[in-house]
Amino acid sequence: MAYVAVKGGEQAIDNAHAWLHEERRGDPAVPEIAVSQIAEQLGRAVDRAMAEGSLYDQELAALAVKQAQGDLIEAIFLLRAYRTTLPRFASSSPIETASMRVERRVSAIFKDLPGGQVLGPTYDYTHRLLDFALLGETTPQTPAVDAADLPAMPRVPDILADEGLLEPDVADDRDPVDLTREPLRFPAPRDARLQALARGDEGFLLGLGYSTQRGYGGSHPFAGEIRMGEVAVEIVPPELGFAIDIGDLVVSECQMVNQFKGSKTVPPQFTRGYGLVFGFNERKAMSMALVDRAMRAQELGEDVTAPAQNVEFVLYHSDNIEATGFVEHLKLPHYVDFQSELQNVRRMRAANEAETAEAAE
Amino acid sequence: MSVVQDLTPGFADPVGDAQTTFRAVLDAMAHPGSAYTVAPLRPPAPLHQALAAVVLTLADHETPLLLDRGADAAAHWVVFHTGAPSTADAATAAFVVALSLPDLATLPTGTDEAPETSATVILQVARFGAGQRLRLSGPGLRTPLELAVDGLPADFVDRWRRNHALFPRGVDLILCAHDRVVALPRSVSVEEV
Amino acid sequence: MTNTSKSAATAQDDHPWPARRRWMAVLARATSADLESLLSGVDLPPYTVLRGPEDGLVMVRGRAGGGGAAFNLGEMTVTRCAVRTAEGLVGHAYVAGRDRRQAELAALVDAMMQDPARAPALEAGIIAPLEARHLSRRSARAAKAKATTVNFFAMQTTRS
Repeated sequence: MAYVAVKGGEQAIDNAHAWLHEERRGDPAVPEIAVSQIAEQLGRAVDRAMAEGSLYDQELAALAVKQAQGDLIEAIFLLRAYRTTLPRFASSSPIETASMRVERRVSAIFKDLPGGQVLGPTYDYTHRLLDFALLGETTPQTPAVDAADLPAMPRVPDILADEGLLEPDVADDRDPVDLTREPLRFPAPRDARLQALARGDEGFLLGLGYSTQRGYGGSHPFAGEIRMGEVAVEIVPPELGFAIDIGDLVVSECQMVNQFKGSKTVPPQFTRGYGLVFGFNERKAMSMALVDRAMRAQELGEDVTAPAQNVEFVLYHSDNIEATGFVEHLKLPHYVDFQSELQNVRRMRAANEAETAEAAE
Repeated sequence: MSVVQDLTPGFADPVGDAQTTFRAVLDAMAHPGSAYTVAPLRPPAPLHQALAAVVLTLADHETPLLLDRGADAAAHWVVFHTGAPSTADAATAAFVVALSLPDLATLPTGTDEAPETSATVILQVARFGAGQRLRLSGPGLRTPLELAVDGLPADFVDRWRRNHALFPRGVDLILCAHDRVVALPRSVSVEEV
Repeated sequence: MTNTSKSAATAQDDHPWPARRRWMAVLARATSADLESLLSGVDLPPYTVLRGPEDGLVMVRGRAGGGGAAFNLGEMTVTRCAVRTAEGLVGHAYVAGRDRRQAELAALVDAMMQDPARAPALEAGIIAPLEARHLSRRSARAAKAKATTVNFFAMQTTRS
């Protein structure tokens, strides 16, 4: 593939940037949007940028959203680029979602589970009617209950664990693969798949997750548990030699519970898919869990027939920065290739016409 | 409780100084036998400026370090500033930080497909310009170059010949004296003068 | 290869210095504005900076299924600093975010807290107020969450 060096574009590019900045600013009579307003009031956009940018920093994500005029994939691109300028100090101990300070926690398999169904600040029960009051300013208020300490909230997998009905978790603290340091290789182990899904495009994973429900690798899922809230992050700095807390993150977690599977060695039990994402990104966590389960098809002795079960298909196309990189590269000058294609097509037409003329004689 | 020996600062300008030192090492590798100056630094004994600067520049949390018995006294300082995991197993070391030349045969030499996965030895010597005289030739040297080093073992040329014969595998050597570095990439031939 | 995986260190009873862990956790969650204002009445010792304050990243890990094998979830920004006071105490801080002033002050307080003569006053004047502030913010959120808990009027529980 040949790229062509093009001269004379610098002035045009400078002017394009100037116009971009004007467009981004919009009408100067309208107050400029502050990064803090984006962080506070467009939290779902910020959370998606953090999750797919794979960089948890609300201010940076809000800045990226502002700079990208709300184009989230562009914002994600900015965050991915920015993280390459920062040194890595450490990896954390694995976060304990069992100790999450829950703000939302629901289960579709148990109505009355220990700790209860905590709805949290969800859109689920809104009526999806445009609220014209938001054209102006609002002062919302939540009723609170007194002396709130939420009760203990055992994880649904732990509740089911006793009877052995659910595939158990097998703890393993070995260092996992890191896709930010080494290229993805196949067969891809589960840690690589989960890392790729966590930073994967929500839309792509949503579509694939939906496909599994429509029969493309049917797995009859149930939402075992969905949680959202803050977890503490812990590291063990070598100069200290003991664990310290460095702060908190909001994460969303989804446990999908799927149909029975039995084998000669393992009795029938529910199998699982897992989703874990930065921020309040429930749709993404659920989609991730569906696709995680689909990609385990081979390991669980199922036929691999559907796109969501095809690990290479899913992982090669789930990163929206890689995807947009290649899709948008088509805009680069391909003048020489195209000229040669043009000549080819003309040649083929001439050959066709000659044949037709001969046949007519 | 953490055992904190005398922790002193690293580079005064972590980004700029690391870049300066990296450039020195790069130039030294490209021009074997020529000496280049690293960024300023005051490391704890027994480390001197050049060795410490090179370690701070090249090592990080993904490069296991093996410090030999001589260098080990400053291990806490090195690990603090680089975040590098320290290892006692030569076979897993990315960098060997040494005050006397280790047995190169015990170090990882990479593979034919990935020769860069070998170890690099960062060796502190007393000085350049005096001591054992060596003649260097090979890539990077239009004509052979003479280098004198005070601080290499008497059988250095033999040991290096065996390393050099492994090309493209093998180990690279960064010699550090006071504030300057000289590099011997595995591609260079070394003879006695 | 990395400095994580020692899950033993996370259990409170296994931790070699729980008090220090607690005050560092409080300092990691304080804003630099809060720290500056609470420290304004305090006689700070002279100190040298050993490292930082510098921004960097921590790779956050999760577990497959929530309890299984570790995987890399994504990175978070972190700022760290290490200082040595004139008396020779070394303080460290690793704080989420990119607030260099917070990291430096947190490291300084960490150093001062290791001096048994100063610790009680600092605990009362700095650590406890910060912790209270943080806990009250948490309680406020927990109260709102609790208000959204569904009260089922079930005749019997669905769990057998």
